[in-house]
Amino acid sequence: MDPGNLALQYFLSGITKGSIYAVVAIGFNLIYSATGVLNFAQGEFVMLGGMVAVTLAQFVPLPVAVTGAILAVAVVGCLLELLFFRKLRHHSILHLIIITIGLSIVIQEAALHLWDEKVRSLPYFTGNEISSVRVFGAAISPQVLWVLGAVGVSVAGLHVFLRYTLKGRAMRACSSNPEAAMLAGINISNMRTLAFGLSAGLGALAGCVISPITMTHYEMGGGLAIKGFAAAILGGLGNPMAAVVGGLLVGVLEAASVRYLPAAYNDVSAFAILLLVLFVRPHGLFGAPAGAQVREH
Amino acid sequence: MNPAPSSTPFAPDGPSTASTAVQPLLEVENVRRSFGGLVAVDGVSFRVFPGQIKGLIGPNGAGKTTLFNLVCGLLRPDAGRIAFQGRPIEGWKPYRIARAGISRTFQNPSLFLQMNVLENVMVGRHSRARRGFLGCALRLPGQAAEERTIRQAAMQQLEVVGLAHLAMFPAGSLPFGQRRLVELARALATEPRMLLLDEPASGLNTKEKEDLADLIRQIRDRGITLLLVEHDMSLVMRLADEIVVLHHGARIAEGPPQVIQNDPTVINVYLGGNLDHATSSQES
Amino acid sequence: MSLMRRIPPLLPFLLCAGVMVSLQQLMRATGTQYCLTQLTMSLYYAIVVMGLCLLMGHAGQVSLGHGAFFAIGGYTSAVLTTHNFSAWGHSSLGGWLQQGGVLIAKEDVFGNAILTVSPWAAFLAAMLLTTLVALLIGYPALRLRGHYLAMATLGFGLIVSKLLVGSTLTGAADGINGVPPWPLAGSLTVTGKTAARVQNYYIACALVLLLLLLLRNLLRSRIGRALQAIHDRETAANAMGISTAAYKLKVFLLSAWLAALAGVFFTHFTGGIGPSEAGAFKSVRYVALAAAGGMANLWGVTVVSTALNYASLRGWFGSLDNAVFGILLILIITLAPQGPLKPLGAWLRRVLRLRNLSEERLERS
Repeated sequence: MDPGNLALQYFLSGITKGSIYAVVAIGFNLIYSATGVLNFAQGEFVMLGGMVAVTLAQFVPLPVAVTGAILAVAVVGCLLELLFFRKLRHHSILHLIIITIGLSIVIQEAALHLWDEKVRSLPYFTGNEISSVRVFGAAISPQVLWVLGAVGVSVAGLHVFLRYTLKGRAMRACSSNPEAAMLAGINISNMRTLAFGLSAGLGALAGCVISPITMTHYEMGGGLAIKGFAAAILGGLGNPMAAVVGGLLVGVLEAASVRYLPAAYNDVSAFAILLLVLFVRPHGLFGAPAGAQVREH
Repeated sequence: MNPAPSSTPFAPDGPSTASTAVQPLLEVENVRRSFGGLVAVDGVSFRVFPGQIKGLIGPNGAGKTTLFNLVCGLLRPDAGRIAFQGRPIEGWKPYRIARAGISRTFQNPSLFLQMNVLENVMVGRHSRARRGFLGCALRLPGQAAEERTIRQAAMQQLEVVGLAHLAMFPAGSLPFGQRRLVELARALATEPRMLLLDEPASGLNTKEKEDLADLIRQIRDRGITLLLVEHDMSLVMRLADEIVVLHHGARIAEGPPQVIQNDPTVINVYLGGNLDHATSSQES
Repeated sequence: MSLMRRIPPLLPFLLCAGVMVSLQQLMRATGTQYCLTQLTMSLYYAIVVMGLCLLMGHAGQVSLGHGAFFAIGGYTSAVLTTHNFSAWGHSSLGGWLQQGGVLIAKEDVFGNAILTVSPWAAFLAAMLLTTLVALLIGYPALRLRGHYLAMATLGFGLIVSKLLVGSTLTGAADGINGVPPWPLAGSLTVTGKTAARVQNYYIACALVLLLLLLLRNLLRSRIGRALQAIHDRETAANAMGISTAAYKLKVFLLSAWLAALAGVFFTHFTGGIGPSEAGAFKSVRYVALAAAGGMANLWGVTVVSTALNYASLRGWFGSLDNAVFGILLILIITLAPQGPLKPLGAWLRRVLRLRNLSEERLERS
């Protein structure tokens, strides 16, 4: 394969992974905007989506299984908000974040016990593991198109929701000025629950769609959460659309590192990006420097 | 600390006619600071000479707190120069400025609520002590003696403000006025050359204000120069040797209280409210 | 006056030493001295949590990656004391190092002559590397606010973990085995040999007690006050001449040293180390233990950490091992963020304060 083609392959692989990071990053942003909390359990939603769908797919057709998984995980997300964050609003943000880390661990262990440590995957949505489609001269699996399509549709849908629907605008109001939103009659608590539910549902969709390619296993959530957070902060927290750019960038950079670094160090590049952004430019690419209260001095 | 002689040299006719060769302790020169589009401090200049009590007044939003924060190092000026004892300090971190000899109190008393009163004041002695991590961990003989010295010095300051009897009380249990005093004691414990007081009289009743005024004069008599931001006109007129008036971020007047009271620009700015009150209480 | 004043402060240490001895005697009497191994390991883990207590409870910072420092300490010792440096042996530098006792000649398991670094030199190298990494990470990271600092330290821990798993020098996923014993002084040796089990238990006890003493002295001094001030009101602390950035970094460095120290001792004791020590699970576990022990309470943190780690090592939590610490973390932060020992601490403080007041009165008269 000629080098141009190879580069294209890596690029496409990066975009694929990157769109999953983008979804996790959007989830981070949604919850951060609505509650100020960085929800470390975001990655678990992706894992749960895949796991639940695999189980359901044994009984019902694939589309039903995927839809069921998305709904189920969305409910889990709402439950998390209701059980934990609604009651604990008065705690400091740091405490809440540590709680989400604890939750992430508990969810992982619960998944380990509910299912097991085996790796699972959904069947390919169209075709199978050897079918391929030609795009600009590179051969990719049709599942990749599904991934890009699903993520693209969700991002567009979210954008429309936030911009043009009443509920969506209410949610934006909550994030920019909670007090004013409350005075305007918006139920902030419900908005927060909605944010959690939406993030969870989106994560689940991503988990289903990526399952045939990267497999699903109980431990995948932790690394995804960190990479998704790296993407969110690269784009700039508070800006859901910037999160998409951040996600794609992280994915592509990671794919590039696969090319040049030994295989075992693939994950390191995403984590290194996280540290670099935090240390050098915490407000990310598109965030406002003054607005981001990342540094203390 | 031994009290310095009470004669305090400063230029009586205003800072521009410093006939004696006394160097200003604090020099603020053309300092400018804006936030986004809003210019909070616009080319302000003034000097504070050793032994002065200098007042900084102005209507709300005039830029007094911003100026304060610029001198203390919490903010960096966009332009201009700030010098303390001849050395430029603009851009220095707050702790460095504190170590250089400028101490401050806050508008809302910033006590360490998890400690008791004495411990709060002992924190003020921190920069005057030397023992580091190793010395403290190993409890070397010098460290115990140093700790005793810190304790004694802190108690002394508490006695100056009259709160020695409250030394062991948790800082959080004190009422507002007393918290103010503890914060003052803590600032004094750093052995400053200059003390910046941010609205020290706000929230105090008349009796407390009287005591505060006496205390401030006492502090000046010990050789510490004072710069205070204050809204209470009568207090400032009585205490200050010189007053700087700010309005919309610019200096509109500077001089002794008599001059300021009769300055038409200043009177306009205050629209005759507080100043009349100040003049009448001066005469009585 | 000295003796009467000195006894109350030293009382907890004497009590603790008593408990430690009793435990061992009890185990001997019931024939369960093999449990000493897990207890010793728990004591070393407790040292990491002590460092976190300082960092989180007193300086008010957070680190979700402290397992990485434990691993850096342990792995450096492990690699240096097991790797064959024979290639150096022939150079003049190598000869000089051998003379100085840095490199020592011995035989490996197959009877071949190899050249490895002596444990003491490896220890120093480990502490040096830890210092470098802690400063490198700490300097930029400590400027970040709480939740970002948490994520940065988590990311750092994960990077170290992945690097350890990924490189053959550190034994990839298997870690390093066959780490030699560490002769401390005289006949005291840090080793996992059964015959030296009791001795090693007491070595760990002594180390813990010594560190507790040093840290307690530190916290009771002006440094401890400065840390409290920084934790309480950072702006006011700065205004009093305390360089908060410098202090945060120093405390971070100190806590990293403690973790690395524990790692070195642990590695020589168990004879090996694995990459899971740097993982997120372990790091979060340390935070959970610090929280459960009362964040700022040195004693609470040591006791709780030793007890829970012992339970975990003995397998009492079975397959729910990680989940237990996750749940513990959630419960503690939700219900008692200052730790469950705070009410007890408050009572003790009231009792001691009465004693302080009477001392003051004696002093004045």
